[in-house]
Amino acid sequence: MEENVKLTQRGVLQPYRVLDLTDNKGYFCSKILAELGADVIKIEPPGVNLSIEKGPYYHGKYGLERSLLWMAFNTSKRCISLNLGLTQGQEIFRQLVKTSHFVIESLPPGHMDDKGLGYNVLSELNPQIIMTSITPFGQSGPYRDYNDGDLVVSALSGFSYLSGDQDRAPLRFSVEQSSVQAGSQAAMAILIAHHYRQLSGEGQYIDVSMHECMALCTWVQKPEWAYLKNMYRRQGVRQFRSHASARVIWPCRDGYVAWRIWTGGESHFTEAFINYMNSEGMGQELAGVKFGISYDEVTQELIENWERPIGEFMLRHTKSELVDAALKWGFTLYPVNTPEDLLDNNQLKARDYWVEVEYPDFGVSVSYPGAPFKSTAPMWQISHNAPLIGEHNKEIYTELGLSLENIAELMRNNVI
Amino acid sequence: MQALEGVKVLDFSWIVAGPTATKVMGDYGATVIKVEGTTRHDVTRTAYSVWVGGIPGMNRSGLFAWYNSSKYGITLNLNNPSSKEVARRLVDWSDIVVENFTPGTMTRWGLDYNSLKRIKPDVIMISASMEGQTGPRATQPGFGTMLQAGAGFTNFIGWPDRGPVGLSIMYTDFVAPWFMVIAAMVSLEHRRQSGEGQYIDLSQMEASIPFLSSAILNYVANGQIETASGNRSSEYCPHGVYRCCGEDRWCAIAIYSDEEWRAFCSVMGDLPWAIDPRFFTLQNRKENEDELDKLIETWTVGQEAEGVMHRLQAKGVAAGIIENGNDCLEADPQLKHRHHFLEVDHPEMGAHLSESSSFILSKTPINVRRSPCLGEHNEFVCTQILNMSDEEFIKTLAEGAFG
Repeated sequence: MEENVKLTQRGVLQPYRVLDLTDNKGYFCSKILAELGADVIKIEPPGVNLSIEKGPYYHGKYGLERSLLWMAFNTSKRCISLNLGLTQGQEIFRQLVKTSHFVIESLPPGHMDDKGLGYNVLSELNPQIIMTSITPFGQSGPYRDYNDGDLVVSALSGFSYLSGDQDRAPLRFSVEQSSVQAGSQAAMAILIAHHYRQLSGEGQYIDVSMHECMALCTWVQKPEWAYLKNMYRRQGVRQFRSHASARVIWPCRDGYVAWRIWTGGESHFTEAFINYMNSEGMGQELAGVKFGISYDEVTQELIENWERPIGEFMLRHTKSELVDAALKWGFTLYPVNTPEDLLDNNQLKARDYWVEVEYPDFGVSVSYPGAPFKSTAPMWQISHNAPLIGEHNKEIYTELGLSLENIAELMRNNVI
Repeated sequence: MQALEGVKVLDFSWIVAGPTATKVMGDYGATVIKVEGTTRHDVTRTAYSVWVGGIPGMNRSGLFAWYNSSKYGITLNLNNPSSKEVARRLVDWSDIVVENFTPGTMTRWGLDYNSLKRIKPDVIMISASMEGQTGPRATQPGFGTMLQAGAGFTNFIGWPDRGPVGLSIMYTDFVAPWFMVIAAMVSLEHRRQSGEGQYIDLSQMEASIPFLSSAILNYVANGQIETASGNRSSEYCPHGVYRCCGEDRWCAIAIYSDEEWRAFCSVMGDLPWAIDPRFFTLQNRKENEDELDKLIETWTVGQEAEGVMHRLQAKGVAAGIIENGNDCLEADPQLKHRHHFLEVDHPEMGAHLSESSSFILSKTPINVRRSPCLGEHNEFVCTQILNMSDEEFIKTLAEGAFG
């Protein structure tokens, strides 16, 4: 692949360089910065990296750069190999820090210090550096060195308790969420610290806990306990509000949709749905129901009686009929979309959401989720595909002032 | 000094996603002025019955308090001319204007981006709606409760033998805020570089879909349709949540290598079934996973979840109890150590808990201050921030600007 071709068109973070030592805990964080224009240099140890030993793989064939996790979250980055276990590798890293603005790492707490690459050392070399550590539980505390993983972090944060049927175990997301939550929250933290640096000239150290990232995503669970000593419980396809739980996931003719009976200040959304039922000659059972009563007045029996004719109505309709009606009649309903549905979604197409990324080595282009937000001044783009390990060695080490002979020697010594 | 000191945020947002974003900015030092309608306050003040101390009241909602720390609060009747003048001066004061209404709402109040730009040419405006400001479905009303299904999340939570269950919260509301803050910060950077403001059109659905990137790529590149798999993983085994003694008590256990499996067996006291060859390797265990999960539960079910976790972690095995609200707030020693929950004092609610963030900034730490009462800072904002004279404020008040 010709390097630099697309690297010239960069976004708002174009003046800044990021050294990225993360495994999958930080992939998404540096991807966000890269797609906002930063020059992200992904640094991988030579040889095997356990974090990309994870499948599934492109076309099912094992290979480091064929890991879909690697492909999904490492676009727009350059990649070098560098052995930080060797003093020579550490020295090269320290050189890179001098011309960089951000360092992101996700090693177990203490490991960067052991390599002589802790914040104390790096900030001596470059006082403006913003160094970020993304770890399961943060840099200190009794769980600091606990063995982790998405299942465990989701469990300990209260997040898993919120999902699943009451007669079975609580459930985690089948697609890992703690790493993407940590990635986006860490990117937010980094840009807050960056704002301060641009005004004050001071860098700093950021300690991100994935456990806390997930603990923040639990809506009423914590306030309910903090203020009322009330346990907010999972309820399968239903969801509690005040004393009663309403059905949220409904089977329809060709899948599932999400909809609920709103009362109180949101009852007009329920009434809009009843109008739609009436327009098809159904819903007479619900004529005269006062949906405006407050949530506190709704009993379980009452809401389940209301839901019965609605459940029958849903089963007679397809997802797309219900979705079109929601827009027309003004009620709040969404289909339970699969990835296939998302790729086919008209709204996303109308907004040019999907981005085609070329993989010349595979001879294909792959559709990627696009910008997390649109802006009047262009700030976001996927500049190129996920790199091969060490793909940019020559380019970046030459930028550092190393000669081709130096590079060859470093390779012989297993430094790169 | 705090990181965002000097950043001025005019906040029209309500419910969860918008207020969470402006809470982060306020907690890290920005001056946030939250505007509520006189007839249309933030619904979390009244709609969810999470009353502090169980006593209802406009200024006693625990949910409002939780998601609206570190903000000033004012009320404006946006149909009133003198209220519009206050709004105009607030826009002129602000760096960033935030809202999360259904598209069209801000335009009806004369507060769309083009109008704001006429007041303050370099203003940054962030709109975070369900599906964005353009396209055939822009005006579809909704809440995160449903949108999480539309964004693809609900599909990935459930048991293989039952339909999807999704989450009992609105998950997209806990994705969009981080990108609202990211958008705000890079817009400030862009303004430093160019002197220009800008408009951010954030679709909560579009911001959320990248959270499913690996599953989406598996479909796009491989044609593979991933589905909800309970608590299991295609890579590891065992990987599940096991019942322990007590009501609704569970422990999650994940074994990532054969070495960890042997450590797990030794913690269980090398029970005869555990050292059976049909569980020796990952492949063996995967082939017998249903049976294995049942056997593991026969070991956990008589024990306290905390004990299972601590004994396994002591041998390097990944395990964690399924924490509920009580566990997180009152028992979890890690959250306590990190000061994840902290106390603030409020004139009506008194001392109550609030939540900090997921990260520690070494030089510019977080400072969570209490949430505002409805319209509490009308006078303060007008006289101290907009520099109105007392006479001017009283005239504005008499004209009904604040309801």
